[in-house]
Amino acid sequence: MAKLHQLCARGGALETAPRSTSNHHPTEMATHELHPNDTLTTLKMESESLKAKLEEERAKLHDVELHQVAEKIEALGQFVMKTRRTLKGHGNKVLCMDWCKDKRRIVSSSQDGKVIVWDAFTTNKEHAVTMPCTWVMACAYAPSGCAVACGGLDNKCSVYPLSLDKNENLAAKKKSVAMHTNYLSACCFTNSDMQILTSSGDGTCALWDVESGQLLQSFHGHGADVLCLDLAPSETGNTFVSGGCDKKANVWDMRSGQCIQSFETHESDINSVRYYPSGDAFASGSDDATCRLYDLRADREVAIYSKESIIFGASSVDFSLSGRLLFGGYNDYTINVWDVLKGNRVSILFGHENRVSTLRVSPDGTAFCSGSWDHTLRIWA
Amino acid sequence: MSTTNSIAQARKLVEQLRVEAGIERIKVSKAAAELMSYCEQHAHSDPLLVGVPTSENPFKDKKPCILL
Repeated sequence: MAKLHQLCARGGALETAPRSTSNHHPTEMATHELHPNDTLTTLKMESESLKAKLEEERAKLHDVELHQVAEKIEALGQFVMKTRRTLKGHGNKVLCMDWCKDKRRIVSSSQDGKVIVWDAFTTNKEHAVTMPCTWVMACAYAPSGCAVACGGLDNKCSVYPLSLDKNENLAAKKKSVAMHTNYLSACCFTNSDMQILTSSGDGTCALWDVESGQLLQSFHGHGADVLCLDLAPSETGNTFVSGGCDKKANVWDMRSGQCIQSFETHESDINSVRYYPSGDAFASGSDDATCRLYDLRADREVAIYSKESIIFGASSVDFSLSGRLLFGGYNDYTINVWDVLKGNRVSILFGHENRVSTLRVSPDGTAFCSGSWDHTLRIWA
Repeated sequence: MSTTNSIAQARKLVEQLRVEAGIERIKVSKAAAELMSYCEQHAHSDPLLVGVPTSENPFKDKKPCILL
């Protein structure tokens, strides 16, 4: 089945992406002077030598592998995780989901254009909104629990305040916040209901003010569709990580718009990125059938989670509360559970009847939720 | 026209690589030790890792046992 971005993407995403006036590229020279008569050749030579230097610096510090350091700790025992709830109600593929901070509510979005808010304890549907577009690829719960954001093929991210009155038409209060020039692939509120971070098929990420819809910062650097993003845990400061079809995972400074670190070791699209709970590392899931762990302070990939028998892409990843377990949802309908430190798989979970497209651990770590192309969501514990 | 564009992009790439090359890094052994230490410190309060009793997990139903 053709990947959506291949259906939607127009060529040369980076060059046609809109430039925001609030992110004017600095014109003052860096401390190393760039000669005004620089030719393409000399610039290319310099970028090649910088890339080599980067690799050299990273390699110098590569004194050991993570799984070697982890040899001395106890192996994990058997895990028994089962489906505890099945949320049925979407009429088509579930594409995205997010937990509310109250640890029981969930928002999910689907190819059928519907966004549903569920009480995961009772499986009751509390709210439902029909979007004006199909393929709602992104949804997020506001930190207050009072609103949800969503978007997809409409190229926008819209915020819907959740009403206590179940009969109220949520669509009437909808606020359009973000505008991209291609599909919205992911969205997430920052530490408050006031700002939203988005990623798009147009190759950019952007930070928006919810109230005014104003673009606060834009992030350029990916060479193709950006498919995912994750905000650093609040203790670690104002950064976020994004992954894209250019096989790169980029770490960004939210205030300056600068890409501060970039990792390119995956062999295909990166579908999902998620910070390790301490904020010092992040995991990624890719169409190359592997998940990987990148340490930000060592500035390199430190683990690959793969098996010869796993040949389908990983669509979504998340960590357990301590960071010891990594859950990965795959296109072969399974969920693989990995020992983050030792690198081996500790469990494989069956249940979904089609691709697992989205997966998130609950805020208190008691369960995780997976969404699938089989139209359902499952809560596992 | 496209040459100017290519030069601008190449210049941007060089500047970006300079930023990336210039950051401070630590050894993998040290980074790994810190990741492990975090896991160890938080392991006991990770419900999916250590498991919580049925009575404490709202998703695990307390069903009565039926002996056949």
